[in-house]
This record gives sequence, C-alpha cells and structure tokens, in this order.
Amino acid sequence: AYRTDEGQPWVLPVVKKVEQMIANDNSLNHEYLPILGLPEFRANASRIALGDDSPAIKENRVGSVQSLGGTGALRIGAEFLRRWYNGNNNTATPIYVSAPSWENHNSVFMDAGFKDIRTYHYWDAAKRGLDLQGLLNDMENAPEFSIFILHACAHNPTGTDPTPEQWKQIAAVMKRRSLFPFFDSAYQGFASGSLDKDAWAVRFFVSEGFELFCAQSFSKNFGLYNERVGNLTVVGKDADNVQRVLSQMEKIVRTTWSNPPSQGARIVATTLSSPQLFDEWYGNVKTMADRVLLMRSELRSRLEALGTPGTWNHITEQIGMFSFTGLNPKQVEYMIKEKHIYLMASGRINMCGLTTKNLDYVAKSIHEAVTKIQ
Amino acid sequence: SSWWSHVEMGPPDPILGVTEAYKRDTNSKKMNLGVGAYRDDNGKPYVLNCVRKAEAMIAAKKMDKEYLPIGGLADFTRASAELALGENSEAFKSGRYVTVQGISGTGSLRIGANFLQRFFKASRDVYLPKPSWGNHTPIFRDAGMQLQAYRYYDPKTCSLDFSGAMEDISKIPEKSIILLHACAHNPTGVDPRQEQWKELAATVKKRNLLVYFDMAYQGFASGDINRDAWAVRYFIDQGINIVLSQSFAKNMGLYGERAGAFTVICSDADEAKRVESQLKILIRPMYSNPPVNGARIASLILNTPDLRKEWLTEVKGMADRIISMRTQLVSNLKKEGSSHNWQHITDQIGMFCFTGLKPEQVERLIKEFSVYMTKDGRISVAGVTSGNVGYLAHAIHQVTK
Repeated sequence: AYRTDEGQPWVLPVVKKVEQMIANDNSLNHEYLPILGLPEFRANASRIALGDDSPAIKENRVGSVQSLGGTGALRIGAEFLRRWYNGNNNTATPIYVSAPSWENHNSVFMDAGFKDIRTYHYWDAAKRGLDLQGLLNDMENAPEFSIFILHACAHNPTGTDPTPEQWKQIAAVMKRRSLFPFFDSAYQGFASGSLDKDAWAVRFFVSEGFELFCAQSFSKNFGLYNERVGNLTVVGKDADNVQRVLSQMEKIVRTTWSNPPSQGARIVATTLSSPQLFDEWYGNVKTMADRVLLMRSELRSRLEALGTPGTWNHITEQIGMFSFTGLNPKQVEYMIKEKHIYLMASGRINMCGLTTKNLDYVAKSIHEAVTKIQ
Repeated sequence: SSWWSHVEMGPPDPILGVTEAYKRDTNSKKMNLGVGAYRDDNGKPYVLNCVRKAEAMIAAKKMDKEYLPIGGLADFTRASAELALGENSEAFKSGRYVTVQGISGTGSLRIGANFLQRFFKASRDVYLPKPSWGNHTPIFRDAGMQLQAYRYYDPKTCSLDFSGAMEDISKIPEKSIILLHACAHNPTGVDPRQEQWKELAATVKKRNLLVYFDMAYQGFASGDINRDAWAVRYFIDQGINIVLSQSFAKNMGLYGERAGAFTVICSDADEAKRVESQLKILIRPMYSNPPVNGARIASLILNTPDLRKEWLTEVKGMADRIISMRTQLVSNLKKEGSSHNWQHITDQIGMFCFTGLKPEQVERLIKEFSVYMTKDGRISVAGVTSGNVGYLAHAIHQVTK
C-alpha cells in the first residue's frame, strides 16, 4: 500500500471530499446494486482503461463487471474462461503466468478449476531486466489458445515492463498463435503518473483487434484498498458477443457474491464523472506517482554516490510500487537481521516504504549488504 | 470471428424479471411484491437510524482505508458470532468457533460451500428443503457439490409438511450435509415450531448429518433476535457442531454493503485455528479480503450499547410492520367476502409469504391488477403498505373467488 513521506497511509483528498458528499446526500440508501454493479461505475471504469476515444467503446463492444477488487475481477474472468473458453468447461487450457508474478495469480486460476498453470519467462536476473526472447519463445511454443496473464503496467513484483516496441512484438506473436490476453491492471496512473501511458499496452491490443479481458483494481490509484473496488473490462468482437458473455458472467457473480459492495463504486463513479473531481483525482494520483519516482531517483543517486558495487539504473528504470533490487537471499537476510529493513527474500522492496528520512539509512544498508555479503 | 460465438445467452433472472416488468407498468395502483428488500409504510427503502448514527461516528473517526485481514474485521466477526450463538454460549466463550467475514449471505454461503467441497470428504450431497431460496442450488453446484432435497412445504395446507420432512431426513445417508433455514424460511415463510426443531435435531444427530444453517433474517422474523436464533443455539447445545451463514442485509438494512459472516463450530480452539487458516486460503483467490464499510457499520452497532439497543427496537419495528401487514391482509380478504382459509398468511413468518396462488391466478394478478409477484405465488410482505393492502386483498379475492 502507498505511504506518505511520513510513512503513513494516505486517504486521497478527493476521496475524503466525495465521501462527505455521499454522506450528505440523503437521497442515497443502502439498496442492492445490480448484479453486475453500479452502471455509472462500470462505464467510467472501462472508459478509464480503454480511453475516451476508444473505438471499442464507440462500437459498443465493451462490457464491464464491477468486482471485489482486482482479485475479484480476475476470479470472475477466470471462472468464465474455464466454463466458456476453448470449448465448454475445458479445464486443460494452459494458463501462463509470468515468472515471477503476483503469487495469487496461480491460486485464482487454480481455484477457478484450471489444471495446467505454467510460467512464461519474464525476469532476467542476470541482466536485471525483461527476458524478452524467453518470453517470445514461450509464446511461440505455447499451445494454441493458451491464456496469458499480462501485467498492464508496473509489473508485480519486478517493476519491469515491456517497452511499446516490445509490446508490439508480444502482440504479433499472440495474434499469430491465437493466444488469449488477460490483462491485470492494478496500477493505472499510479505507475507513471499518466493514465494514458499506463494503459498503452491494453489499448494497443484493443487497436490490434484482440478480444481480451482486463482486470482493473482501484485499490492503489484511488487508495480505496479496503472498499474492494475493481472492474472486469471485457472487449469483444461485437455487442452481441459481449452481451452474451456478460449474461453468463452475471450467473457466475450471482453464486459468488450476488452483487458487489456499493460504497467504493459510488466514490469512484462520482469522481470520474465530474470533470472537476476527475482533475483533482488525477492530481492526487500524480502526487503518489511522483513521490515514488522521487524515491527511486534519490535511492539510485545515493547508491551511485556511495560507489556501491554493481549497476543501479534498474532502480529508476523499473516502475510502480515494487523494485527487484537484485539483492540475493543472504544479502536480504543481512538487511533484515542487521539493519532491520524488511524486504522480500526475492530482493523485492516496496518503494512506498522509502521516505526522505530513511533514504540515507537504506542506501547505506544496501551498500553494506552488497559489499559485506556475496 | 469471436471466441464467444458459442456462448449462450444466460436465462433472465426470474425475480429481476418481475421488477423489470413492474417498472414498465404505467398503472398508478401497481405493486411490486417481488422485491426482497424491506420497505416502510410509504413503500420506500428504509435506512435505519442506528445505521445513520453509526455512519456519522465512522466518518468522524477519519479512519484509513488499509486492507482488512483476509478473514475480515475482527470486531465484526466476533460480534456476529456472539449475536448468533448468544453471549452465554459455551461454544462462543470457549473460543471453539471460527467466524470469517463474508460478502453478505451469498458470499458466506459460498465460502462454506467451497470449504465443505475441499474438506468434507464424507459426502458431496447437500440436502435442501423443498422449496428453498433459488440461489442455494447454483451456489452449491458451482462449489462442486451435488443437490438433493427433503420434503418441507405442504402446498395443500400452505404449512410445514413435518411428517414428510422427518421421513425424508431420517433416510438421508449418514454424513450427508443438510441445509436448514434458521428462521423465516425463504420462500415459504413456514418455520418449524420449537418442539419440531427438537425432533429435527434428534434425527439429524442420529443420522450423523453435517448441519448447515442459513440465517438471513435474525431479528427480522419475530422481532426478537434471541427467539429467531433459538434453533441454531439449540442444535449447538445438543452437541451438533454446525456451520452457519449470516446476513446483515435485511436485519440492518445493509443490503448493498454486503455484510455477512460464515461460522464453523469446532471441537476446540485449536481446530478452529486450523479451520480458519483454510478458510483464508479459500478467500484469498476469490477476492483477497472483504469490503470494510458494511462490517464497520454493523460492528459499531453491535458493540455500542446505545446503538445496539436502538437497533433492536428498529428491527422489531420492521418485523412488527410485516406482521401487521399480514394481519391486515387477512382481515381485508375477509372483508372482501373471501371464503378461503387465509390463516397461513398470518401463520407464516418473515419477509415472504407463499400465498398458495396458482400460476394462472398470479398471471391474472399481474395482467389485470398490476400486482407483481413470482410465479410460485410468493409475495414479499415488505412490499405491502397500509395504503395498498386493501387493493391487494381486493385483487387476490377477484382471482380466487
């Protein structure tokens, strides 16, 4: 979760404002939302992902399912794919998850009934970057119709995203081999500070004519973690197909949670549908993204100034909340035990944990770990 | 060509269909008796005062929005368990239970269904009363279980077919799962009397069945939370380690906030810890962790003496209004000159009433009188007001005389 420079959670000012508006609106009650969610939320959420001028939206071939966070959106999508994709109830369709990935991806698709969950090459530890060739090879060799979970931006946990050129290569292979793109978009806006930039990959795939799913989370970019605000965007060939897909997703939702929680969706819908509130929100998002970007550049410059062995450009080249530092497990243990700095055994740090007050200490500690421990 | 060419259009939801048709109707006298949500005597949704107060208190606290634990808000789950089991419950006091927050009743049922599918290896069979809430079947089916039924409702008397139920239940294979509605049976409104519950408990114990209680109307049925939880508490007292799904949608009017809980009564606190760890493993790949808003409101109400007192009064108020509408409907039917026995309308309890009307009669009510209900003759008494009960009685009399 995001933290301020004081190390505190941050409720976005625009969220506080909108919550007050909602609280003061006596016309609102706690009635059930429709099964697929709050209509104004669904339309706005998908619009954010695909862009105001999205041809798919104009052609009325976009569907949306309000879900319980990004996880819920992934699960509804996975359950639908298991029932209706590549035949009926085909649990053998391979699911490809990046190596590494958010560990819950595996569980979501496993619990949805898929039996064959595989990894695709992604992180190149040696060069500390994207193993594009490995990725493309895996796609070339994947069985036709395999499902690939793609991180739309700010790859979790590596922070390493394909460049637009690399995305184009990925899309070309996927199209040729009839692979299904299931995007996980948990950091739109939060990663670069630009909604459009962070959605570039998803929108490119749409412009290439793909049918795809995009699981969106508003936990980070709206700071609405515990309200469970998510959306599954469905892009299909035409309105008729999308309509049938949604009708079946409705059945899945009905046996999972019946209808989604209203509070978070109301906050997001109100914000996104008001030009003024939207601008305020964008400013809040940029505040968060900028702080993380600043911490990245400050950490890198300190490491370089200290002459810490190795190269540290990956710290600023990576994007989003997480960074794969390249520290090995022994070095990580040193950080935890000797320096009381907590990070994952993979060397992943949460950039949000850095503040102007602890930058020096963290940089020095990394320097010590790298020089003392091999 | 599309990946989805072969995807069939899903069937329209029968209950939603009722509301859609109602919305399109231009008759000023129209009535929507399909709605499964409480309405006040003006036919409007009712936000409880204690809920408004709790919301104001929460807003003043300026809390952050950090993720809840996977199992939910602890103050909420503890209070939910205590509400269901009773503060003097040995199971509650000894800690031999686990309660996780669920997405209202449906989400709680589904967590339980998935848990049973994964860990209850003795049987895949879940026995539902005939009839049951329409969504029970697909929930258990999607969780990978099989559905069976036991006799419950007697359409000839519009009441409980107790001998039929006992006969069927005594033949259920050992170690099967039986689902029971704790109170205010949905859709019939027919509940067993306490002596009947005692016999059911004895039989269920003898057959060594796993008991799954669905309690969506505690307080809302009789107006008394302890009375409505009597069966749940009795079963536990008889040494039956039940599993339980609770909803706060109706009794706190928190419908869209999705506040609910799933409880497993265990042998001891250690078992409860192990069960909890597995429930979390099931929840994480479904939605990671539950929504905070409804749980915070419910928790504040249950844990703040003044608010809790006010809530009990308000829930009794809702239950009383429903009971009064039942009484008025029957007396109005008599006034209309109906010679039928409508006693079941006041004998039944909770939001719903199985009128006993046949599909053709329901069709006439919809077409000729703009009175909307589901084809099985079920009405939501919550949709009846002192302003329209006369019209309803008149319409029913016209199609049944």
